[in-house]
Amino acid sequence: MSLENLKNRNIGVQNYRLLDLEPTPKTGWGKFKRVVRRSIKLELFVGLKVTIREMFKALFMGEMHTVKYPFEKLPISPRYRAIHEMKRLLESGHYRCIGCGLCEKICIANCIRMDTRYDENQRKEVSEYTINFGRCIFCGYCAEVCPELAIVHGGRYETASEQRASFSLFEDMLTPIDKLKEQKEYPGFGAVSPNADENIKPTPLAY
Amino acid sequence: MDGYIIATVIKAVLILAVISALAGFGTYIERKILAFVQRRLGPMHVGPYGLLQIAADGIKLFTKEDFIPSGANKIIFMVAPIITAATAFIALAAVPLLPEFSLFGIDIKPIVSDLNIGLLFVIAMMGVGLYGPLLAGMAQENKWGIIGSARTAVQFLSYEVVTGLSLLAPIMMVGSLSLIDFNEYQAGGIGNWIVWTQPLAFVLFLISGFAETNRTPFDLLENEAEVISGYATEYSGMRWGMFFIGEYANMITIGFLAALIFLGGFNPLGFIPGGIAIILKVSFFFFLMLWVRAAWPHIRPDQLMWLCWKVLMPLAVLNILVTGIVMMV
Repeated sequence: MSLENLKNRNIGVQNYRLLDLEPTPKTGWGKFKRVVRRSIKLELFVGLKVTIREMFKALFMGEMHTVKYPFEKLPISPRYRAIHEMKRLLESGHYRCIGCGLCEKICIANCIRMDTRYDENQRKEVSEYTINFGRCIFCGYCAEVCPELAIVHGGRYETASEQRASFSLFEDMLTPIDKLKEQKEYPGFGAVSPNADENIKPTPLAY
Repeated sequence: MDGYIIATVIKAVLILAVISALAGFGTYIERKILAFVQRRLGPMHVGPYGLLQIAADGIKLFTKEDFIPSGANKIIFMVAPIITAATAFIALAAVPLLPEFSLFGIDIKPIVSDLNIGLLFVIAMMGVGLYGPLLAGMAQENKWGIIGSARTAVQFLSYEVVTGLSLLAPIMMVGSLSLIDFNEYQAGGIGNWIVWTQPLAFVLFLISGFAETNRTPFDLLENEAEVISGYATEYSGMRWGMFFIGEYANMITIGFLAALIFLGGFNPLGFIPGGIAIILKVSFFFFLMLWVRAAWPHIRPDQLMWLCWKVLMPLAVLNILVTGIVMMV
């Protein structure tokens, strides 16, 4: 583009399409004819018809748009990223987290802090795990990086509380042990895809 | 004579109570209807279906501080809303609200005073009512108020002309200014309604009625987008509420006038008794005002003037002329 073209690029030589507006009448007789035409076409009553139709649709055909929010809630996407949940193993009920620290490492908001130690069986256990929800940006990297599907995003999006700590402790996020049977896998980031079985190929072991 | 005075006082108090309650209820109806048209629910939380919203609004308005801004002319500022509310109710004095009925063996005429110039009195009182917005806007040191009151003068004064001229043709046909005579004239059923012989006058009266009650297509006085609240910018609390009671009472009055003059008044309509018939008609006009508000946009002040002086007034004069010629022949 030459300099001249660049400077003129916004001036109306492009393919603008004008609306098909009739020319404004010049004479009094022309204006009068336009008024009569517009009056006889009864455009105003079309407007009235549309509004009453919408009213009947809302009242009698169940097309009211209002959601009475605290009492009824719209369904959210299963991939919605709200407050995190920590999952348990279905067989043993033990938490899935193996203390690898990947979520802490990948967290771009630096909001996950965890501490691990060896228990009496020389297995790694999580002694401290907190998420600072004042900093969390709900990007979903932690759920995506977790190799055990242990930390996932839940659907709890109403996060007003007196204490930020109400959400952020490991025990609060962990599935309660008595609700273990109701624990659902999260279909979002990091989850096993529905057709995962088909995608598995046998590993050639013999080289 | 004593009985007459007592009866009149009772009627006046009843009308004041019922109509101001209905005016309050009108705000609820307006919010509900507008919400339904826009597929919302409207007020829902105070009482069943939000019915007690009026009470909540009333408590709020009554307990607000009675605020007089600095720079305002104190007396005029305080009096202006009273003019609007009072004239709106005074206008109802000459309007027969229901057919005659008997209660405890006494025949009751539900009209405070059957003036022989009833219609003129009602129109005059509604005309006086425009002093409310006019003085309110001028009394405050506020440019929105001044613009609002200027628009009041321009709009109301010109539409008074159309109201008067459009009603002149029916008056010529009936030969009386009493609204009860109008009602008697149309006693013969739907075929005798004046709207069939004076359709143009009916349309003109409705248009100017919308302008006089300050309803939406002509809602220039307090058009939010242009002049904040117009004449009511600096008002709050019950003084502000009085403007709106006046406005809704005027809407009811216009509904009664249209029903009485053009749509057969309180004559029985087939199997529907007269009292129910007029309430239905007035409710229809009230609903029409809300419906129009939901559907149509505002017009500009210059369009308003153009419509009034160049279209409606010539049409009204023509209508009177044609009616006169037909009556002569």
